[in-house]
Amino acid sequence: MTRNRTALAVVVAMLALFPFAGATFYTELVTKVMILAIFALSLDLLVGYTGLVSFGHAAYFGIGAYVLGLMAPKYEAASLWLTLPLAVVAAGVAALAVGVFVVRAKGIYFIMVTLAFAQMFYFVFHDTAFGRGSDGVSMNFKPAAEIAGTAIFDFANVTHTYYFVFALLVLVFVFLRLLLRSAFGRALQGIRSNEHRMRSLGFPVYFYKLASFTLAGALAGLAGYLSAMQFGYVSPELLSWHQSGNVLLMLILGGLGSLYGAVVGAFAFVALQEIFQSLTKHWQLLLGGTIVLLVIFLPGGLSSVAGRFRRSVVGEPEDDRG
Amino acid sequence: MDIYSFLIQLLNGLQYGLLLFLVASGLTLIFGIMGIINLAHGSFYMIGAYMAFTLSSLTGSLFVAVVLGIVLSVVLGIFLEWALFSHLYHRDHLEQVLLTYGLILVFEELRSLIVGNDVHGVNVPAILNWSLPLTDTLSYPVYRLFISAVCIVLAVLLYLLIKRTRLGMMIRAGASNREMVQALGLNINLVYRLVFALGVALAAFAGMIAAPVSSVYPGMGTGVLIICFVVVVIGGIGSIWGALVAALLIGLADTFGKVLLPEAAGVVVYLLMAAILLWRPEGLFRRV
Repeated sequence: MTRNRTALAVVVAMLALFPFAGATFYTELVTKVMILAIFALSLDLLVGYTGLVSFGHAAYFGIGAYVLGLMAPKYEAASLWLTLPLAVVAAGVAALAVGVFVVRAKGIYFIMVTLAFAQMFYFVFHDTAFGRGSDGVSMNFKPAAEIAGTAIFDFANVTHTYYFVFALLVLVFVFLRLLLRSAFGRALQGIRSNEHRMRSLGFPVYFYKLASFTLAGALAGLAGYLSAMQFGYVSPELLSWHQSGNVLLMLILGGLGSLYGAVVGAFAFVALQEIFQSLTKHWQLLLGGTIVLLVIFLPGGLSSVAGRFRRSVVGEPEDDRG
Repeated sequence: MDIYSFLIQLLNGLQYGLLLFLVASGLTLIFGIMGIINLAHGSFYMIGAYMAFTLSSLTGSLFVAVVLGIVLSVVLGIFLEWALFSHLYHRDHLEQVLLTYGLILVFEELRSLIVGNDVHGVNVPAILNWSLPLTDTLSYPVYRLFISAVCIVLAVLLYLLIKRTRLGMMIRAGASNREMVQALGLNINLVYRLVFALGVALAAFAGMIAAPVSSVYPGMGTGVLIICFVVVVIGGIGSIWGALVAALLIGLADTFGKVLLPEAAGVVVYLLMAAILLWRPEGLFRRV
């Protein structure tokens, strides 16, 4: 336990000091990874802790991003204090609306229905005038974070953006940690391992699942907002099912049902992507092939790779307890 | 909308629905009988369409291409079941989702390597390349009627296969109790392999006959896959009959949605799904 704590402290310190060491390119890359880590954390609440395998989580990421994209005025900066909370709320409300329908579904059904609803949101942004169509929306200005007329963050500055995202990642991590240790979080984990028992114990399982789905959607919306802020551009591809597939893959790479795992998975995924992209234009072939081999040759034990991954990436000590 | 344009849209809707049924029936059989969620099913549709394109430009005849394509897709199905899907029967859904997601990436990239990323047209066979005049200005292409007719014949054959043959009996038995079937000395693995190959062949065939109408383009498989998920969700997992009713419903809803509400065209079928889920969370029909 203490070793874990030390490892965690080292990682946090490394991330906190990273912009001093790295070139701009790497600072931006790690910012992107930390945004994906928030996204993966939000999905982990659903898949890893509530036992709901959602294949449509990109929808809420995309909605959060589009709130900024559609609200940003053309000739001035949008206010962070207005748009950020709105993005989180909008994604949460969308997840709540979808959740009402889907959390009653189980297993294969749940996977298919979440995917179908995500595709519906994709078409809303892709096809309608409201969503500005398939070309997406470019923003001319980064959102402004001003208190009494003074800017406290300048998001055109790569380092400022880095620290803002870093702070939010830590906040989300701590929030989920506390949540999962609360009575609510325990109930979610109870539902994952035995839904019938939880129901017979008198827990309103439906509302717990719905709350988890909504919260996961809202946090995904936060990640989406940050992504739109970093790149200054949103397009329907943010809601595409590739995005949903990739975030699931991050969870698997990092190990399900562990908050560290979600963060590590985001790093591992981007590392894999960067390596494959540097090798060939047809990198999706390598990525797809790797996924297939991973599932076939490591039956049920993707977490065993995850364990090795975690040890080598985070620098956790070898498991010498037994 | 006058009666003739209505008739044209109705025929288009039915034809689209029947094509969806060919893809969705394989999907729902694989769900219902083997318990596998196969995201790569849309890829088989895409592979079928690309086979129609390459084989018909090589041989000069769509009919020859379709025959060759069916043989190849059965071989592909048997190979995939043997090499990959047979490892998935006792795994959880998440792993099935991941493996089949990986397969989509592989198939799409292979498609881009072999055929490229261009949109291609496929010629309608000369014998079917004419139109049935309805009024002075409106007519209906015979090839679309041909597609509908072929799909109806296949639907009837599929029904007979499942309800009236020995293999169909084994399929139904395997769906309800795998262990018991094995204990009775039947080779359930062979049944699974055949069902999977049948599903692949149906999806690929749908892609092949749709190719002259829809043309052949990257990403065509994923669009069909997600619509077929909607079909399976509405029809009920594992129900062939449900898949047929739901596919026709979706075909008509989508076609008329595009005409009557062009702004919301992409969304109509999903709203229909939401309404049906609210009414019957398990889908319209259960089981084969």
